[in-house]
Amino acid sequence: MTIKSGMINNETSSPVDQWLWRGLMLLAAIVLINRYIDILDSYELSITVFTAVCLALLGQNWPGFRRHVVVVSVLSFLGVQRYGSDLGLAETDFLLNFILASQSAFMWMSALFVMATFAYFVGLLFRSPFTEKVGSALTWSAMTMGMVGLMVRWRESYLISPDVGHIPVSNLYEVFILFAVITALLYLYYERRYQTRSLGGFVLLVISASVAFQLWYAFEKQAHEIQPLVPALQSYWMKIHVPANFVGYGAFAMAAMIGVAYLLKSWRQEIKPQGILATALPDLSMMDDLMYKAISLGFAFFTVATVLGALWAAEAWGGYWSWDPKETWALIVWLNYAAWLHMRMTKGWNGRPMAWWAVIGLFVTLFAFLGVNMFLSGLHSYGTL
Amino acid sequence: MSEKNNSPRYTLGQRIFYFLGSMDLAITLLLALAVASIIGTVLQQNQPYTDYLIKFGPFWFEVFETAGLYDVYSALWFLAILCLLVLSTSVCVIRNTPTMLKDMWNLRTHVQEKSLQAMHHSQQWGVSSTLGDAVSNTQAELESQGFRVKQTPKEEGVVLISAMRGGMNRLGYVFTHLAIIVICLGGLLDSNLYLKLAEWQGKISVETRDLPTSKIPDKSRLAPGYQAFRGSIHIPEGRTSEVAFVAMRDGYLVQELPFKVKVKDFRIEHYATGQPKSFESDLVVYDDDLTAPLEQTISVNHPLIYKGYAIYQASFSDGGTGLTLDAWPLNKQAGNDTVTFETKVFENRKMHWGEDSVQLEVTAFRPFNINPDPTEDDVKRLRNFGPSFGFKLRSKTGEAKEYLNYMLPVPRNGRDFYLSGVRNSPADEFAYLYLPLDSDGELVGFNQFLSVLHDNDKVKQVAKTMMLETLASVKNNDETLEQNLQRTLTMLVKMFIRGGFVEVTEFIETSLPEAEKETLGPAYLSMLREMLARLYFNDLIEIDTTEQERDAQLLFLQDSVDAIGSFSRYGSPVYLELTDYQHVQASGLQIARSPGKPIVYFGCALLIIGVFVLFYLPQRRLWVRVNKENNGSNILLAGMSNRNPREFDQYFEQIAQQLKLKVGNSSVK
Ligand code: HEM
Repeated sequence: MTIKSGMINNETSSPVDQWLWRGLMLLAAIVLINRYIDILDSYELSITVFTAVCLALLGQNWPGFRRHVVVVSVLSFLGVQRYGSDLGLAETDFLLNFILASQSAFMWMSALFVMATFAYFVGLLFRSPFTEKVGSALTWSAMTMGMVGLMVRWRESYLISPDVGHIPVSNLYEVFILFAVITALLYLYYERRYQTRSLGGFVLLVISASVAFQLWYAFEKQAHEIQPLVPALQSYWMKIHVPANFVGYGAFAMAAMIGVAYLLKSWRQEIKPQGILATALPDLSMMDDLMYKAISLGFAFFTVATVLGALWAAEAWGGYWSWDPKETWALIVWLNYAAWLHMRMTKGWNGRPMAWWAVIGLFVTLFAFLGVNMFLSGLHSYGTL
Repeated sequence: MSEKNNSPRYTLGQRIFYFLGSMDLAITLLLALAVASIIGTVLQQNQPYTDYLIKFGPFWFEVFETAGLYDVYSALWFLAILCLLVLSTSVCVIRNTPTMLKDMWNLRTHVQEKSLQAMHHSQQWGVSSTLGDAVSNTQAELESQGFRVKQTPKEEGVVLISAMRGGMNRLGYVFTHLAIIVICLGGLLDSNLYLKLAEWQGKISVETRDLPTSKIPDKSRLAPGYQAFRGSIHIPEGRTSEVAFVAMRDGYLVQELPFKVKVKDFRIEHYATGQPKSFESDLVVYDDDLTAPLEQTISVNHPLIYKGYAIYQASFSDGGTGLTLDAWPLNKQAGNDTVTFETKVFENRKMHWGEDSVQLEVTAFRPFNINPDPTEDDVKRLRNFGPSFGFKLRSKTGEAKEYLNYMLPVPRNGRDFYLSGVRNSPADEFAYLYLPLDSDGELVGFNQFLSVLHDNDKVKQVAKTMMLETLASVKNNDETLEQNLQRTLTMLVKMFIRGGFVEVTEFIETSLPEAEKETLGPAYLSMLREMLARLYFNDLIEIDTTEQERDAQLLFLQDSVDAIGSFSRYGSPVYLELTDYQHVQASGLQIARSPGKPIVYFGCALLIIGVFVLFYLPQRRLWVRVNKENNGSNILLAGMSNRNPREFDQYFEQIAQQLKLKVGNSSVK
């Protein structure tokens, strides 16, 4: 079956591939647990199992994702292996210094994301499917380097000192990388499912912007240095609260960028229906659909993240809800998208206002993500600028 | 959007019901709540009222206070929006649930052939199998695809098979919206609404004065009970408490606990970099219901939960650290000798330094001051500036200046100083006094110099020598000139130790004749400097010094003069040097009861399940109408889905393919 652009791709992998993959994930989980059973507590055990199940599910019909997981694992392993127990190798070991040390990997990630953005746009404007394909490949590579960087950084934090070690989702710098990686992953999922690459440039634009910020943050403020965790952050809730939040942020960002593409197309269609943008971008109805998909995904994960945040707050601050600015802004974002979802259902509003709203939604989200840290003080002041 | 025809047919109650359940209202309320929440984040909540007063001025302060903006989230209007949202959601749930539940179970067996054909997804084809075979094959195939299936015989030779999958989707709606109601109600249980009610009925009143716990009137006390509260308390190490303080607006209430908590020990651990790594308290809970006191260590993220009361490590503060201080006199009235005395953090005592007595109020102590090192270019390089303590000196009129003194000397341009900050109000930045240390690293040298400047005889002596030397060069023996000059020199020194260079310049500006200001002004200043230098060196015993030592002495003189010059702004008659301390910390505990918590958590679980079901479990319906024909059967397949139309397109196509394959050799019409 050949699949047209814009049609849902329901392609499934062969049962052999599927079982091989599930088996591999099972094996990985078993080896990991078997090896570290003595030091894993029950939360870590369940997170391990949960991760294995998620990877198995995501990868069973998605060859690209399977490759990604394998490459990330191999490279991360290599990085950790190279380090041994000497953090100083980051500057002397060739492989670490130029590729695998977290800072190097992040630099690769940044460069590749920016290149991917260009490739996607060139492909879009010159109607070149090949260049768009290059864009996809670059995005996959960027995401891989980002993920490898995070993995290796995790290890690096333990090499600094065992009591400093922590999962790299604890400050603004680290979550920026998480944001880029997750948004790219979400995009690639929909790119495959909807068989369209013409939106890539738009989504990658927001990723490139975050990459730019992250570079500035590292060079200007030395934010890339690994800092030990303040006591409030030493909690297993952090490990799940933060990633869940960033699935939400990533999905909202993607929805907004699709909104931008939607507005561009509907504007060009009126002015110049035969122009490049009007014809190269996917159908309006499809973008509308994607926008809705992204926002509902974001809403679902944001709900989970906020609930997790409440559970954590109940343990760390003495109450599940304190109207702390960050908390409150999470609520504001959530209410905003709840209103969006209801508005869409009443059908009174057609695509354009909803697209505008999705774009505005990004600014609300951005404020919750960054603005609160910059302008408002509260219990959540872990990543100040 | 006007709905013309609804007015006569609905009663008012019905109309209100419909209004409350309308989507427009729902969206409006969601957005209104979002906007209202923003206010509370832009305006910092629950700050001391005086801060607001300073920030906004008396007029806006009152306007904002009336609007409840200092505690938006428990303001009546905010609660009203929240209640309206709960009401609206309830109406929505009440109105929609019956149809939704029906929709969940009902397989719709009454659909007409025409409507099936008219559906967006509809296909028709013929098969050679008999009616019975076609029906049972179809049923088997649909069931294997996870559908709930029901056969309904229609008119002769016609069977309608109705099938549905994902009926739970409707439950997702109910769960999601029910969850909102549950969470809000649970949250309401944990809010301070009952306190507001009690206050409104006059049963309790908020205490705003700073009183010892035992003196707080009963009206501001809350007996232990089942109600929710969130209070805090600072307990010094080794002490016990059986109350917590619940902050409310610009005051507090006292919540009594049904047990006693003792803080045995409080600890802060640090990383190698100096950042705090953990805050821990060893607690002991005493309760008659316990056979033995309950001992447990709590830390951030690891509270103790006892009898539904959760005790959290929230902060820490000083618990009355003992300080040993040396008071170095800075002016004549304060005497010449240093006085050693002891005090404690949070202790107020009258001190007699000179003519006036002042009240010394020790407000703070910190054993470490990890600050950016000003001598390094890298702002992130941190340094420990050692212990510091803060205090206020309150004069009889009640005015107070605030001070911050560091225990360890601070190097500046290669020389060591004792640092003392001073400010007139908490809104100001500290201005610092730098007292130079002598070669032994003590204040003795500085103090000696200061005594010399206060010693009238010595000053006169030096003034005389200087006068004679000066006039010798002019060859003058005018008596009055001699006396005048000598008097001027002593007066300059006096003025200087009273008011620094500021007073001297002021004197020049105001007292000298206009014509002589230009020439005499600078001359006065250089004479003063000369005097100060002479007084200083005159008193140094060692004569034969190396050049290096001489330079050091000159610098010391310079630093001393600078320091003395800023005394008038410093405002304290003494400098308090911290020589020793006994550190006592207090653990800041937050004690909370939230009976609504299980309800809220239950609501959260409902919400998450509901949202995922709603989004990812589409409800799909299929109908297969099998019609007996001469040489086989005719099959009409129709379907619909309540979400993901795009995916359903393909899904429907696949199902149709499967059915054609399974239900018998087909000939598509
Ligand atoms: C905080 C409050 C609320 C939240 C978080 C919420 C959440 C949701 C969500 C996530 C959906 C699914 C949207 C979609 O399928 O795209 C939904 C659907 C819906 N909501 Fe709400 N809602 C809230 C309040 C209300 C209120 C007050 C009403 C009453 C008018 C309402 C009426 C509906 C209706 C009728 C649906 C459509 C259900 C369907 O047919 O699938 N909601 N809501």
